Amino acid sequence: MTQRISIDPITRLEGHGKIEIFLDDQGNVSNSYFQIPELRGFERFCVGRPIEEMPLLTNRICGVCPEAHHMAASKAADMVYKVDPPRTAKMLRELLYSAFYCTDHTTHFYALGGPDFVMGPDAPVAERNILGVIHKVGLEIGGKVIQMRKVGHTVVEMLGGRKVHPCTSIPGGMTKGITEEQRKEIEEMGRWAIDFAQFSLKIFDDIVLGNKAYVDLILGDIYTHRTYYMGLVDENHKVNFYDGKVRVVDPNGKEFIKYAPKEYAEHIAEHVEPWTYLKFPYLKKIGWKGFVDGEDSGVYMATPLSRLNASDGMATPRAQEEYERFYATLGGKPVHQRLATHWARLVELLYAAERWVELATDPDITSPNVHTKPTQIPTEGIGIVEAPRGTLTHHYWTDERGIVTKVNLIVGTTNNYAPIQMSTHKAATSLIKNGVVNEGLLNMVEMAFRAYDPCFGCATHSLPGQMPLEITIRGADGNPVNVLKQFC
Amino acid sequence: MNPKPKFAMYWAASCGGCEIAVLNTHEKILDVDANFDIVFWPVAMDAKYKDVEAMEDDSILLTLFNGGIRNDENERLAKLLRRKSKILVAFGSCACEGCIPGLANLSPVGDIVYTAFNTITTDNPNEIYPRTTVDVPEGELHIPTLSKVVRPLEQVVDVDYFMPGCPPESHQIAAVIDLVIDVIKGKAELPPKGSVIAVGNSTVCDECPRTRNVKMIKEFKRIQDIAPADPTLCILEQGVPCNGPATRSGCNARCPQVGAQCIGCYGPAEGVIDYGARLITAFASVIDANTPKEIEHILDGIPDPTGQVYRFNLAGSLMKATKSAWEKA
Amino acid sequence: MDNDHFEPTIIGFTCNWCSYRASDLAGTARMKYAPNVRLIRLMCSGRLDPTFVLRALSAGADGVMITGCHPGECHYIEQNYKALRRYLLLKRVLSGLGIEPERVKLVWASAAEGARFASETTLFVEEVRKLGPLNWGKDSDQLSVISDQSDNWSLITDNSSEEVPA
Ligand code: SF4
Ligand code: SF4
Ligand code: SF4
Ligand code: FES
Repeated sequence: MTQRISIDPITRLEGHGKIEIFLDDQGNVSNSYFQIPELRGFERFCVGRPIEEMPLLTNRICGVCPEAHHMAASKAADMVYKVDPPRTAKMLRELLYSAFYCTDHTTHFYALGGPDFVMGPDAPVAERNILGVIHKVGLEIGGKVIQMRKVGHTVVEMLGGRKVHPCTSIPGGMTKGITEEQRKEIEEMGRWAIDFAQFSLKIFDDIVLGNKAYVDLILGDIYTHRTYYMGLVDENHKVNFYDGKVRVVDPNGKEFIKYAPKEYAEHIAEHVEPWTYLKFPYLKKIGWKGFVDGEDSGVYMATPLSRLNASDGMATPRAQEEYERFYATLGGKPVHQRLATHWARLVELLYAAERWVELATDPDITSPNVHTKPTQIPTEGIGIVEAPRGTLTHHYWTDERGIVTKVNLIVGTTNNYAPIQMSTHKAATSLIKNGVVNEGLLNMVEMAFRAYDPCFGCATHSLPGQMPLEITIRGADGNPVNVLKQFC
Repeated sequence: MNPKPKFAMYWAASCGGCEIAVLNTHEKILDVDANFDIVFWPVAMDAKYKDVEAMEDDSILLTLFNGGIRNDENERLAKLLRRKSKILVAFGSCACEGCIPGLANLSPVGDIVYTAFNTITTDNPNEIYPRTTVDVPEGELHIPTLSKVVRPLEQVVDVDYFMPGCPPESHQIAAVIDLVIDVIKGKAELPPKGSVIAVGNSTVCDECPRTRNVKMIKEFKRIQDIAPADPTLCILEQGVPCNGPATRSGCNARCPQVGAQCIGCYGPAEGVIDYGARLITAFASVIDANTPKEIEHILDGIPDPTGQVYRFNLAGSLMKATKSAWEKA
Repeated sequence: MDNDHFEPTIIGFTCNWCSYRASDLAGTARMKYAPNVRLIRLMCSGRLDPTFVLRALSAGADGVMITGCHPGECHYIEQNYKALRRYLLLKRVLSGLGIEPERVKLVWASAAEGARFASETTLFVEEVRKLGPLNWGKDSDQLSVISDQSDNWSLITDNSSEEVPA
C-alpha cells in the first residue's frame, strides 16, 4: 500500500510549485518531492541581444527583486567591457539597492514571514496576514509599514527611473546622477528608515523574544539543518549586498572557500532531476550527495541567516550591535535554525538603512561623473550581488560587438532549492507517523518554506512565500481522506 | 444592501511585478477591499482553483489577469477565469502582448530546455531533462507541459480590456480602480469592449519632454556610447534607437526622462497594427542616406534588429514567433 | 512538397506611377511573366508600410515584391528612398524571424520598362519557388489564431488618397 500526499502550493492545476509526499506501508514518509513547474528560458533568449539590454531584460525574471537582476547584469556588463564605473555611479547603484533591500525585507517581515510570529503560529489562518498584523499591533504601525514601502520605492524610482524594473544602470555606470535636492530628500527618507528598522527589531524583541514558546520554536530541531552557508562579504568580511567576494563557511562556521565572482564556476555546480524544471546548486568541491545536510554534503544555503553566518559582522555600527546580540542570544555562530532567518532579516534591514544614509551623505554622491565610456572590446563578464533571497550570479559571453552569445544565471532562490526540499521533507517526516497526519503539518511545512522567503518568481514566478498550501491525503483506494488547506 | 461585486486577480507566467505594481498603489488597496469582495487573489488571500471552479459563470465582476500563457496550466486557468468573469482584463505587457518572456518565441521550445540544462555549471552528463511525467521509485510525478510558444491572453480567450505596461504604472492602476468603483456606483460607464484602458492614446514621444529637431542621423549608437545623454535632446536623434515613436503613451516618458531610451514596454500606440513595422518605419525615417550601401552601413549600428523592434511585442505581433519556434517541437 | 511543382503565392505592391504602368505595359504587350503575383497598387512605394508585408507573409504569402520608380524619379520626390530604407531594415528583421530575406524583393521599374518588370517578376517567382512554401499561419495548433477581424486586404488597398506617410 502506498499513500500519496500532494501539497499543491497553488493547487495542482495552477501549479507554481508543489510537494508530493509518498508514504510507505507503515504510513511513514518514504520520500517527498518539491517540484517547480515553470521554465521561461532567459538563458536561451538573451542570446543574440546586446549586452546593455541584459539589465533590462533580466529584470523581467522577477518583479519582486528586479533591482537585483538589474545590478548583477550591469556589473557583469561592466566586466564584459572591462570598464570600471566612476565611484559615484557605484554608490548610486548601491544606494538604489539599499533602499530596495529595506522595502523588500519590510514586505517580507510584515506581510509574509512575520505574521507567524506576530500573530502566533496558532492564530486562525484568516488573521495571519498583514491585516491581522495591523489589527494586532495597531493601525499606526500598519501605516509605518506602508510608509516604509513607499519611501523605498520612491528612492528606487528616483535613481532607477521606475518603481518596478528600473532602467538607469548601464555598462560603465548610470544614465544620470542626482541633484542636491534629491540627495537631501533621500537622506531624510533614509534616516526615517533607520528608525523604522530599529522599531521593527523592537517589535521582534517584544513579541517574539519575549515569548518563550516562540523562542523554543525557533530553537527547535524541526527547522534545523547543518549546511554550508554562503554570502557576499567585503574586504573585512562584513556583509555586503552590492559587491565583494563570495564566502562560504562550513557547518562549524569555518571558512570553506572565498571566491571572486569570476571564479564562481570552479565552486558551484547544479544538479538536475527530471521531475522539476529547477536545478539544485551545490558546492562542486564536495559534490552532490543528495538531499542531506552535514559537512560531507555539498548542499549550501544562501539567505539572510546564511549571510550573517558567512560573515564576521556588519559594516555599520547599529547593525553590528544587533549582529552581536543575535549570536549572543542564539548561542554563537553559526546558527542552524532556519526560523532565525526572520531575525537575521531585520538585522539586515537595519544595515541597509544605515548604508542608505551613509551613501546619501557621501560628498561624492551628487557628482555628475556617473559614467565611464567603455572602450575595450567586449568579451565575457560575471556579476554577483546578494539578492534578498540569495547570492545572484549573472554570467555573459559576447562577440566583439557586445552581442550576447551565451548566458548562465544562478538565481537567488535557486541556491536554496535543495535546503527547502530538505526542510519540507523533514517537517513532513516528523509530522506524519504511522499513517497519522498531524493537523499541524500544513502549518509547519509552510513555516519551513517561509523562513527561506522562497521567491519562485525568480525561479518561476510566484511571490515570495505567498503560496497557498493544500495537502491532500489519499487512502489506499486513492480517494482523499482528508484535505487540509491554508494560505501561507 | 447588495452583496459587494466580486474581484479576482491572477498571475499566469508572470514575474510578479504586476502584482507588486498593484501593491504599490498603497492605500488604494484598501479601496479595493472596501468596494469588492475579493474572491480570488493568490497574492492577498486564500482561495483555490477549486473554489473558482465552484463559482457560477460570470459571477466575478472584474478579473485582472497578468502573465502570459507559457504552459497548459496557464491556459486552463485563463479559460476558467474567462468563464467565471464578466470583465476580463489583460493586465500588463505579458498578458497583452507577451512581453520579454515572449522573446522565447525566437527559438524552438526544445532549444530553451536544452540550453537551460546545459549551462557551464550544470552537471548533466546523462542528459537529463525535465519531463511532463516521470516515474520515481514511489510512483509517478507530473509537471506541466510547456507550449511551443508564449501567447498573450487574447490568443487564448476573449479579452474585454487591455492594460499595457511592464508593469502598468501604479497611478494608472489606481485610476482604473477608481473608474470601476464609479461604474459600480452608477457614476460612470465602462469604455467600449476591447479598449486599451488607463493609458494615453498617442505615443511616448508625445509625452517626452526632449526636443526633436527632425534631425537625420549618420550613425546609430548604443546607450553606453552616449551616456550621460544630452538631457534635452531626443535620444533617437542622439543616435540611440529609442522605441518612443511606436510605443503607447501613458508612462510620462519615464525612461527618456532619466536618460535611458524607451524600450517599449507600453506596447503598440493607438492604431498601430504591428509594433515592429511601425518602428521599422520610424527608424528608417531618421537614416540620413540614400544609397543601399550607405543605408546598410548605418543599419549595422542596430545590432539586433529583430529584438530591437519586437522586444516586448513578438508574441503579439503579426508573425508571433520565428519560423523554427512554431515548426519544431 | 516538391518545390518544382510548388506555385508560390506572391503579393506585389506597386507604385501607381511607374511600376504599375510597367506591369500594365507588360500585360498589354502580352509579355510572358509568371502569373503568381497578385498586384496591389499604392500611390507610391513610399506608401509601403512594412505592416503590409508582414500581413501578407503572415496570411500565407510566400513572397512579397515591392516596386517603385527609379531613384530620383519618384513623383513624390524622395519617397522611394524611404521605401528603400524601410525595406532594408525590414529584411534584417525578417531574417531574425527565420524568414529568408530573399522572399521580399524591391524592384525599381519605370513606366516604360514592361519587359524588365516581366523578367524581374519571373526571376523572383523562381527564387521563391526554390525557397519553398513559407506556410506561415498554416500551422493549426499554436499559431492558428493568425488573423483577426480587421485582417483583410481592403485595409491595404484602400489608399485612394494621395497621402504618403511621413
Ligand atoms: S508585464 Fe512585466 S511586470 Fe507584469 S508580469 Fe510581465 S514581466 Fe512582470
Ligand atoms: S524618440 Fe525617445 S527620446 Fe526621442 S522624443 Fe521619442 S521618446 Fe523622446
Ligand atoms: S518610456 Fe517606454 S519603456 Fe519606459 S516605461 Fe515608458 S513605455 Fe515603458
Ligand atoms: S511615385 Fe513611384 S515610387 Fe514614389
